[in-house]
Amino acid sequence: MSCPEASGTLAGSGDSGSGNPAASELIRLTAAELSAQLVAGEVSAVDVTQAHLDRINTVDGTVHAFLHIAHERALTAAADIDRRRAAGEKLHPLAGVPLAIKDVLTTRGMPTTAGSRILEGWIPPYDATSVRRTLDAGMIPLGKTNMDEFAMGSSTEHSAYGPTRNPWDLDRIPGGSGGGSAAAVAAFEVPLALGSDTGGSIRQPAHVTGTVGIKPTYGAVSRYGAIALASSLDQIGPVSRTVLDAALLHDVIAGHDPHDSTSLPDAWPSMVEAVRRADVAGLRIGIVRQLDSSSVQSGVSTRFHEALVLLEKNGAQIVEVDAPHFEHAIAAYYLILPAEASSNLAKFDSVRFGLRVTPPGGGTVEQVMAATREAGFGSEVKRRIILGTYALSSGYYDAYYGSAQKVRTLVQRDFTAAFEKVDVLATPTAPTTAFKLGEKLDDPMSMYLNDVATIPANLAGVPGISVPAGLAPEDGLPVGIQFLAPAREDARLYGVGAALERALHAQWGGPLLAQAPDLTRMIPLEGGHR
Amino acid sequence: MARAELMNFDAALDQFEPVIGLEVHVELNTRTKMFSSSPNPANSQFHSAEPNTLITPVCLGLPGSLPVVNETAVRYSISLGLALGCSIAASSRFARKNYFYPDLAKNYQISQSDEPIAFDGGVEVELDGGRTIVVPIERAHMEEDAGKLTHVGGATGRIQGAEYSLVDYNRAGVPLVEIVTRPIFGAEKDAPALARAYVATIRDIVLALGISEARMERGNLRCDANVSLRPRGAQQLGTRTETKNVNSLRSIERAVRYEIQRQAAILAGGGAITQETRHWHEDTGTTSAGRPKSDADDYRYFPEPDLVPVVPGAELIAELRAALPEPPAARRARLKVEWGFTDLEFQDVANGGLLAEVAATVAAGASPAAARKWWTGELTRIANATGRDVTELATPAQVAELAALVNEGTLTDRLARQALEGVIAGEGSPREIVDARGLAVVSDDGSLYAAIDEALAAQPDVLAKIRDGKVEAAGVIIGAVMRATKGTADAARVRELVLERAAAS
Repeated sequence: MSCPEASGTLAGSGDSGSGNPAASELIRLTAAELSAQLVAGEVSAVDVTQAHLDRINTVDGTVHAFLHIAHERALTAAADIDRRRAAGEKLHPLAGVPLAIKDVLTTRGMPTTAGSRILEGWIPPYDATSVRRTLDAGMIPLGKTNMDEFAMGSSTEHSAYGPTRNPWDLDRIPGGSGGGSAAAVAAFEVPLALGSDTGGSIRQPAHVTGTVGIKPTYGAVSRYGAIALASSLDQIGPVSRTVLDAALLHDVIAGHDPHDSTSLPDAWPSMVEAVRRADVAGLRIGIVRQLDSSSVQSGVSTRFHEALVLLEKNGAQIVEVDAPHFEHAIAAYYLILPAEASSNLAKFDSVRFGLRVTPPGGGTVEQVMAATREAGFGSEVKRRIILGTYALSSGYYDAYYGSAQKVRTLVQRDFTAAFEKVDVLATPTAPTTAFKLGEKLDDPMSMYLNDVATIPANLAGVPGISVPAGLAPEDGLPVGIQFLAPAREDARLYGVGAALERALHAQWGGPLLAQAPDLTRMIPLEGGHR
Repeated sequence: MARAELMNFDAALDQFEPVIGLEVHVELNTRTKMFSSSPNPANSQFHSAEPNTLITPVCLGLPGSLPVVNETAVRYSISLGLALGCSIAASSRFARKNYFYPDLAKNYQISQSDEPIAFDGGVEVELDGGRTIVVPIERAHMEEDAGKLTHVGGATGRIQGAEYSLVDYNRAGVPLVEIVTRPIFGAEKDAPALARAYVATIRDIVLALGISEARMERGNLRCDANVSLRPRGAQQLGTRTETKNVNSLRSIERAVRYEIQRQAAILAGGGAITQETRHWHEDTGTTSAGRPKSDADDYRYFPEPDLVPVVPGAELIAELRAALPEPPAARRARLKVEWGFTDLEFQDVANGGLLAEVAATVAAGASPAAARKWWTGELTRIANATGRDVTELATPAQVAELAALVNEGTLTDRLARQALEGVIAGEGSPREIVDARGLAVVSDDGSLYAAIDEALAAQPDVLAKIRDGKVEAAGVIIGAVMRATKGTADAARVRELVLERAAAS
């Protein structure tokens, strides 16, 4: 297994680039490596796609990362890429590389449910802009990945279609809401996936599955076609096994979209270039005093501090900074998010699309709407709709939504002040490693607290990355480290992430996921192959 | 509908002071909708589209869709705000108005709440008797229209009691500007007429700006009338009712008058007015109670997170201000002089909503008198008889052609009416119809010279002005000549001859 280097060409070191690799080898390659082999004609897009579909066929019955698998469509698209490449057409480097798409993004002709019963069977007539850009690049969508219903949750247990399991320990959660995308990547079902992050839904799953996840600057990637949870917080981003792979996908999906008014007009630098230049010499890394809390699991804390020491050895400076309002971020977040969500989810009323439940004996349109929403929404969704409706109500607006917006401004000021002293901030991505399925299902507050370190970035619109930092000694489960940068400085995150990844891979003798259990041994295979 | 007890209007005015407030919704005629690239049915080019054909994922509120503000709609809204004498907000933002209704695709309407694009203005409104009242404008804000519901089955045609309802989302997302007045005091017995004249003025303004088709029968212009009464001498405002969707000028006047009489009867009888929405019934000329409405209606407004604030910039505002057309009141005063109409003649045209038609007909070569006569006479008669909109019957160019045929002696008035029938039937241009139907009868500048010379001699000061190059002074002479010739002259020709004579004398 090659260790992807953050330097040189996409072809990497070339140690896996000769001959016609077996299918079991293909799935272990990174997107960058697959790209190099595809470009060199050493492997066909159909072979790459088939290998991943086979892997899905083998393991996904147990992992349940996918809600929809687009077998035929993927193979047809792959054959088309092979034909175009053979005809000498100049293709994007990622053409022919498989991709998984979080089910929160609309896909033309492919079911899109956002993990909710209320959208069961809905086939959108249009592609999300981020999806469209990956299709234009020739990437091959293998299917749609599982998620907490409408992205509300940190464990993917709130999916109406059953939970996803963590490939490191099948009894544990893969994080959420984007547990499906993270688990698919960690289980080698796909090298790259799209996720969405409203309060940590890309980064926290990356943390618990040993993968890489980035929430770009708010407005860097179009939200058009992303089924809105909280419009002012949602952002689409890449999920991968290496920082370079994430950068490759980031460069495809980022950029202005006239269909999204909040999309930034900026021209973005290449994230791949930032990975190649990765160097932390002289980089000032801030540690937030107020986040160094006792609630962090010891192994998470251990790996976090080791990573900082390693970065220091590579020339970074570690500085303590204050962010006094971060401790109020969760409270503000759980007012702003439900408020926006209560309005965003009002459109699910059975009139134009999705589920329709008619009360026995018929009913008025209002009764049909109520019956549909009662049957179609899960308990967490209803909880947040009620919270948000309350927070926006006349007489309560100032005390709840109004105050939350003020806290949001204070959190933004904390970031501004901190970034005057340091270049990036570092935190453990989440306080604990993957918890057991069902463990926190009846304790929403404890579930919400998982997002304590990831939420401030969404409130302020700044970018964040989670990269694997190792395994917690006490439970052998993955731990991530999060870096945060000022808005528009996404490239800085790729730089520090790639530098840390390079140093850690050198220590580990390869990527962390090489240490993941062999799923084919954990999963009984009878009936696995079709 | 049982007719409520009414108090005699004059008696009501003796006891109570009416206070009215008007909300006018203007559908803008931009090519695309407020927040999507879908064609806009409020633009006449797309008016007759089949249901649910002018839609995009945005209009339907499909999951994942996002609104993007139509820049032209913003420009139109600023122009309208300026024409209403409003200040334009340096930064304004959209808000979500949340409520469930099947014609509302997202179950919230994107509107503007506490940050409207235009605010604090005033519009001069002229009443029939020449009285002028300045109507204070509180705000004008941008929003999107809802879809259209058709309730099938049931007696009332309303959602209650219907078997099922059809929804057409073509109208969903049509750009609207809602213009809200402050409470209007002091109109007294003119309150109903003021309501009508105000809406007519708004119509004239949006037509002059070219930002709306302003066809009330199509819902391009819709008026909600708030009416309250307070006992003479009282300081506190009475409880108001809001009469919805009064869709013709005449109905607005009738509805306000009706509400004044209805409320007066209740108050005089010791009753209390219920704060509510009321529906106007065109057929019976009455209003009936709709849903109770209170100030506590909770729409849970909050800033629309999908849209960035609208920040127009001083340069754009200055550009739009410079491009504003002549204000309606000034335009009317000018046209009245130019056309040489008496007060009554002019009111006839203005109250019929025919100023634009007459002006276009004159511009197309007809004399003002002929243009007035055709539009307020034969065409209005046919429109009333057939229930069609008068402006749909013929174009100003066709009317001008008819007038020319009469003027040159080709047609008599009677023959011209026959030719008009052909025009309305779509048989072609008046000349084509004259040829095809074999109509036609059997003229000179000479008779005009006499009238012009007489008018110039009678007003030597005007003659001096024209010679000094103040060509607009010619309007007075043109008016005099038109009166002298009883409106049979071609005004454009008279104008040429007046200038020629003035220069020569």
